[in-house]
Amino acid sequence: MAVTPADKALRAPVRHAKRKPLRKRFALAAYIALLPMALTVVFAYLGTMLWSLRTSFTNSRTFASTSFAGVSQYVRLFNNDRWMLSLQNIVIYGVLFIVICLVIGLLLAVFIDQKVVAEGALRTVFLYPYAMSFVATGLVWQWILNPELGIQEVLHRIGFTHARFDWIVDQDRVIYTLVIATVWQASGLVMALLLAGLRGIDDEIWKAARIDGIPRWRVYVSIVIPMLGASISTAFILLFVMVIKLYDAVVAMTQGGPGTASEVPAKFIMEYLFGRANLGLASAASIVLLITVLAILAPVFYVRSRALRLRDAR
Amino acid sequence: MTAPRHPVKRRSRFTPGRLGVYAFLLTSALFFLLPLYVMLVTSVKPMTEIRLGNILSLPMHFTLDAWRVAWQSACTGLDCKGIQVGFWNSVRIVIPSTVLSILVGAVNGYALSFWKPRGASTLFAILLMGAFIPVQVMVYPLVRVLATVHLFSSLPGIVVIHTIFGMPVMTLLFRNYYAALPHELFQAARVDGGGFWRIFLQLMVPMSTPIIVVAIIMQVTGIWNDFVLGLVFAGTKNLPMTVQLNNIINTTTGERLYNVNMAATILTSMVPLAIYFVSGRWFVRGIASGAVKG
Repeated sequence: MAVTPADKALRAPVRHAKRKPLRKRFALAAYIALLPMALTVVFAYLGTMLWSLRTSFTNSRTFASTSFAGVSQYVRLFNNDRWMLSLQNIVIYGVLFIVICLVIGLLLAVFIDQKVVAEGALRTVFLYPYAMSFVATGLVWQWILNPELGIQEVLHRIGFTHARFDWIVDQDRVIYTLVIATVWQASGLVMALLLAGLRGIDDEIWKAARIDGIPRWRVYVSIVIPMLGASISTAFILLFVMVIKLYDAVVAMTQGGPGTASEVPAKFIMEYLFGRANLGLASAASIVLLITVLAILAPVFYVRSRALRLRDAR
Repeated sequence: MTAPRHPVKRRSRFTPGRLGVYAFLLTSALFFLLPLYVMLVTSVKPMTEIRLGNILSLPMHFTLDAWRVAWQSACTGLDCKGIQVGFWNSVRIVIPSTVLSILVGAVNGYALSFWKPRGASTLFAILLMGAFIPVQVMVYPLVRVLATVHLFSSLPGIVVIHTIFGMPVMTLLFRNYYAALPHELFQAARVDGGGFWRIFLQLMVPMSTPIIVVAIIMQVTGIWNDFVLGLVFAGTKNLPMTVQLNNIINTTTGERLYNVNMAATILTSMVPLAIYFVSGRWFVRGIASGAVKG
C-alpha cells in the first residue's frame, strides 16, 4: 500500500522510457480485468437497491408496476401486525443474541488465555459449531428442544417432574430458543476473534500490573478489554449482520411458528416476495431493513475509522 | 498469527481461581458438544428406542440403518432418492462457484493493489459497503436480471450469484494480501516488460498459495452452508444439500424419523466440519482476515 520514495524512484524511469503506449495498454488491461467488479457494483448492488427503492413506492403485486403510489406501502407495512411482530422479535432476538455472544465469547477467550492445558482442544470445541450451517443448527436444536422426546423429557426423568422446557412450542418463549441455538453456533467466532486480540496485547502490561499489585480481573476490566475495542467492534459487526440475515435458522427450526410467534423481517420479506406476490410491500420492508443496517453500522464504522486514525497519528 | 508468548513461568499450583477457570471451560465445552453428541447417538438408534424418550442415552441397539435411509431413500415430496441428490447438487454448485469467485477476487485484488486504475478505489469502497446490503433488497431484482439472460434456475445462474455475493470478501482478502507484498517485485516485473496478465499468472498466482488456501476454505464452507441463495436461484433440479435437508425434515408428512433426520443433518454438515477439523488454524485465519477491517 504505502509507496515509499524508493518505489517512486524505481517507477519514474520506466514511465519516461516508453510513456504513452505502455501506460495505455496497461490501463486497458486493468480496466477489462475490473469489469466483473464494476458490473457487480453497478447492477447487483446499486441497481438492485434503486430498483427496490423505486418498487417500494409503487403498487406492484406479482409484477413490477410503475404507477407511483407514494408512501402507501410503508403505511401499510407499519399497520401490518405480522411485520410489527417481526420487528419486535428481531429487536429482542438481536439484543439478546449479540450481548450473550459477546459475553460468552469474551469469557471463553479470557479463560482460555489463562495458560490452560489442552488449549487447542478447547478452542476446537468452541469453534466447530461455526462451521455448521444455520439450517443444520436449527434442525439439531429443534430435536433437542422437542417437547415430547427432548431435554424436557430428560429433566422429567431425572426427577424434575414439573420442569417445563417446552419453549419451542410456547408462543411467548420460542424466540429465546432461537437465541440459544444461534448463540451456540456463533459465540465460538467471538472467542476466536477476541483471543487473537488478547494475544496481540503486549506482555509488558501484565508485568507492570504485577509490579503495581493490581489484581488480574481488574487489569482485564480496566485495561485489557478497552484495548480490545477493535476486535470487539469487528465481532459486533459480524454478529449484527447475522441478526439482519436471520432466516435459515428460523425456517429450519420453527418455520416462524408456533403460529407467527417467531416471524422475523427477512422471512417476512421472502414470503411477500415469492409466496404472496406482493412486491411493493416486500420492497418497502427490505428498504426499512437496509435503512436499519445503515443507521446502526454507519456510526460503528465512523468511530472505528476515527480510532484507527488517532492511533496511526500517535 | 497467534505467536506463542514468552514461556512465562508456568504456574502449576492449583488455586481456587484456577479451579473456577477449568470448571467454566469444561461446562462450556459440554454445552458446545451436547448437540454433536445428541446428533450422533440419535442417528444410530432405532426409532423404537428413540420413542422411549431418553435423548441423552447411548444406543442399546446400534444400527446404521438410519444413515442408509438418509443417504439413499429419504423422501423430499414424491422423490425418495435420499440426501445424496442434494450432496451431488452441492458439489456441482460449490466447485465452479469457488473457482470462479476466487479467480475474480484474485484479479480484483491484484488490479487494486498494483495497477490502481482511476476510479477503482471508489468501486472497491462501494463493493465493500455492498457486503452489508441485506440479501432481501437484492434478491428479487437479481431474479429478474438472471431471468432476462436465461440463467435463472440454472447451475450457471447460481454460480454467478455466489461469485457476486462472495466478491467483497474475496477481493478484500486478496487486496490485503497483495498490498503486503514488496512493491519492488512488481516494479521489477514491469521493467522486464511483463504485462498485466503475465505478471498476474507468472508472478502473483504462484506466490498466492497461502491466501488461496484460506479463500478455498472460506468459500467452500460458506457456499456449502448457504441456504437462501440456493433456494431462490438454483432451481428445483439443482437444490443444494441444505435446502434438501430442510425439505426432508420439515415438509414430510407422517411419522417423523428422528434418527434419519439426524443422520441427514450430520451428512450435510460433514463437508464443512471435515474442512474445519483438518484445516484448523487456517480456518481461523480466514475468519480474521475475512472480517471487515477498518
